[in-house]
Amino acid sequence: MSAGISSNRAFFNQLRKYYTWYTGGFISFVIVLAILEQLGLPKVWIGYVFLFATIALYAGIGIMSRTADVAEYYVAGRRVPALFNGMATGADWMSAASFIGMAGTLYLTGFDGLAFVIGWTGGYVLVALFLAPYLRKFGQFTIPDFLGARYGGNIPRTIGIFAAILCSFTYVIAQIYGVGLITSRFTGVEFGVGVFLGLAGILVCSFLGGMRAVTWTQVAQYIILIVAYMIPVVWLSVKITGVPVPQLVYGQVLQKVTAKEMELRTNPGEVAVREIYKKNAADAKSRIDALPASWEAGRTAAAKRVEDMKASNAPVSEIRAAEKSLADFPKSADDAKKAWSAQVAANNAKSAPPLPHATPYPTNKTGAAGEQERDTKRLNFLALTFCMMFGTAALPHILMRYYTTPSVQEARVSVFWSLFFIFLLYFTAPALAVLAKYEVYHNVVGSSFASLPAWVAAWAKIDPSLMAIADINKDGIVQLAEMTLGGDIIVLATPEIAGLPYVISGLVAAGGLAAALSTADGLLLTIANALSHDLYYKMINPNASTQKRVMISKILLLVVAIFAAWVTSQKPGNILFLVGAAFSMAASAFFPPLTMGIFWKRANKWGCIAGMIAGLGICLYYMLHTYPQFIQWFGTTPMPKWWGIDPISAGVFGVPVGMAVLAIVSLLTPAPNREVQEFVEHVRYPNLRGDAVETLGT
Amino acid sequence: MQLTEKHQEYWRRNLRLTAVLLFIWFVVTYVMAYFAIPLAEINFFGWPLSFYMAAQGSLIIYVVIIFVYAKKMRTLDLEYGVEEGDDK
Repeated sequence: MSAGISSNRAFFNQLRKYYTWYTGGFISFVIVLAILEQLGLPKVWIGYVFLFATIALYAGIGIMSRTADVAEYYVAGRRVPALFNGMATGADWMSAASFIGMAGTLYLTGFDGLAFVIGWTGGYVLVALFLAPYLRKFGQFTIPDFLGARYGGNIPRTIGIFAAILCSFTYVIAQIYGVGLITSRFTGVEFGVGVFLGLAGILVCSFLGGMRAVTWTQVAQYIILIVAYMIPVVWLSVKITGVPVPQLVYGQVLQKVTAKEMELRTNPGEVAVREIYKKNAADAKSRIDALPASWEAGRTAAAKRVEDMKASNAPVSEIRAAEKSLADFPKSADDAKKAWSAQVAANNAKSAPPLPHATPYPTNKTGAAGEQERDTKRLNFLALTFCMMFGTAALPHILMRYYTTPSVQEARVSVFWSLFFIFLLYFTAPALAVLAKYEVYHNVVGSSFASLPAWVAAWAKIDPSLMAIADINKDGIVQLAEMTLGGDIIVLATPEIAGLPYVISGLVAAGGLAAALSTADGLLLTIANALSHDLYYKMINPNASTQKRVMISKILLLVVAIFAAWVTSQKPGNILFLVGAAFSMAASAFFPPLTMGIFWKRANKWGCIAGMIAGLGICLYYMLHTYPQFIQWFGTTPMPKWWGIDPISAGVFGVPVGMAVLAIVSLLTPAPNREVQEFVEHVRYPNLRGDAVETLGT
Repeated sequence: MQLTEKHQEYWRRNLRLTAVLLFIWFVVTYVMAYFAIPLAEINFFGWPLSFYMAAQGSLIIYVVIIFVYAKKMRTLDLEYGVEEGDDK
């Protein structure tokens, strides 16, 4: 074994050397591009170079890591050192939602958005204490493998396969969506083309080398994404506070933001704009009340305006505008009701003063209604934190990574490194949100429409869903209430807000792409492995040769990837919800059988089956009947929320129900046999001398 | 195989460590979040305490929890002779 340890050490040193050179090379590459930009390289070329250079890089690593060996393909040969497995897990973990969406969510929701920050880090405590070391000792290839071995029979494994595919597929759609968005934004290709370009990027990493290739590209992707995230934030911090460590000093900035919020609540210009929204909402409301007569009248008036303009030879542009408003006019009284109700809601939302960023569970309501809203918000905060944490400790593509370390102790240390690398980004995101808010409140609000800051004007032109701004009260001054920001702009526009050259914007895009690609890789591999290893090899054809297994896995990877890209190109809705739903589903299905299988010897096959079905079932039932888009897609009947819990947090019902059912059914049916008891003892001790069960790869 | 008394004791100490760390995790996550409104009154280097905890403090404690777990378990493995290596 001492030879093994020294070869591990040598491997570690070699890796460190490679990745140090790689990081240096990448930084030089960015510097060269920055110089070229100064010499006049057009922006669109910078976008192309970043996109293709990084994808070519991942492809290079993918090709170098190609393999047909089973242990290499499924678990990277089980010799990934803790530190590097930590980086790979970090990249696997941090998706487009973390990289691009998180700071924006925090900007828009303040304290309440921190539920994601806590949930997506605190979950690793559960991974460390309950799962990683034990799964590593078990040492097979997939999570359904564990269910199959611990509970016996094909039913637990089959449910595991179904659940693993369900949550990974939901999650991967959100990632491919992110890939399409970034590719199309920075190169100007269409969204659908962007999706398939990104797909090529995903496949070159994982197709030839499976887990081995994915691991080494993920380490490379982590380095790019963390550099890309930090540079603009540090720069922005220097600009605002003069200190290059934003995480330490943004408390002061937050105080200034809070003071400014107080002032904006009563600022006369702001109040005037809010009054206009209130009036618009009231107008729309009175039109709804007067239906269907108001719809008839509105349509006639719009038609008459077109006629009048044509008759009076008005300028063509005005006639066009009038014709367009006639064409856009609701087609029926029912349509009108829908459209106008949306107007009421939108205007009402905009007529409210901004909620304070630093205050927990803020509300504009007062008295008992305010108290109630605060309680509901707090409950949802706790529930969301719960689901994100338990989902973290149940998502197969993350747990799978702890099969790849050389030993149980390395797996424990590896969870530490994983969280450390994730922490670097997650404790920066709240700082970025506050710094961006300071910038908007002090340098955009109160400026004149004639001289808007350059980045505001630029983004308002490129994408109105990210930045919409209009002088509603016609005073020539920007009021906060006159701007509508999309969350994603915070990360995308930070380089421009900080006054950095375009090359840094390209770097941020490359970082976002790295985040989305690395997560998509891990997820696709999980799905393909569940099908090829668990379904095909373990259940359909146990005599398959190793070459055949790896080949089948590669083919399935391709099929799943193309199918996922096709689903994504149909634009299936809200990314953050899809991601959250994947967490809730994973938590409900996997957390109870995995942890109870390790910590409770009495848990048996029937308990596992009933617990998984009950947990996942209740979670899906709740989402299908409370999330509006699902109700629309699947034609389910809507039902009131239980205790006001949002559908994204359905796992808060799934996990306890799953655990309770697992426990009750296990106790009602016979105890598992001696072999299972020995199996549990086997996974509990890193090394049990004279142990009958064999561990792979130690 | 039959577990020795020493093995049982290893597992009990593992469970105790796990429980203590889990309790700390629970306090910094849920107790903090539940009492976030009163805790926001306390100023912590410029941040309201509850905001600081949710944005940074809890995260740092999570990292420390996992570090302590890995270190303590290594000691425990050696003490009870269940560490990996050597005899394989």
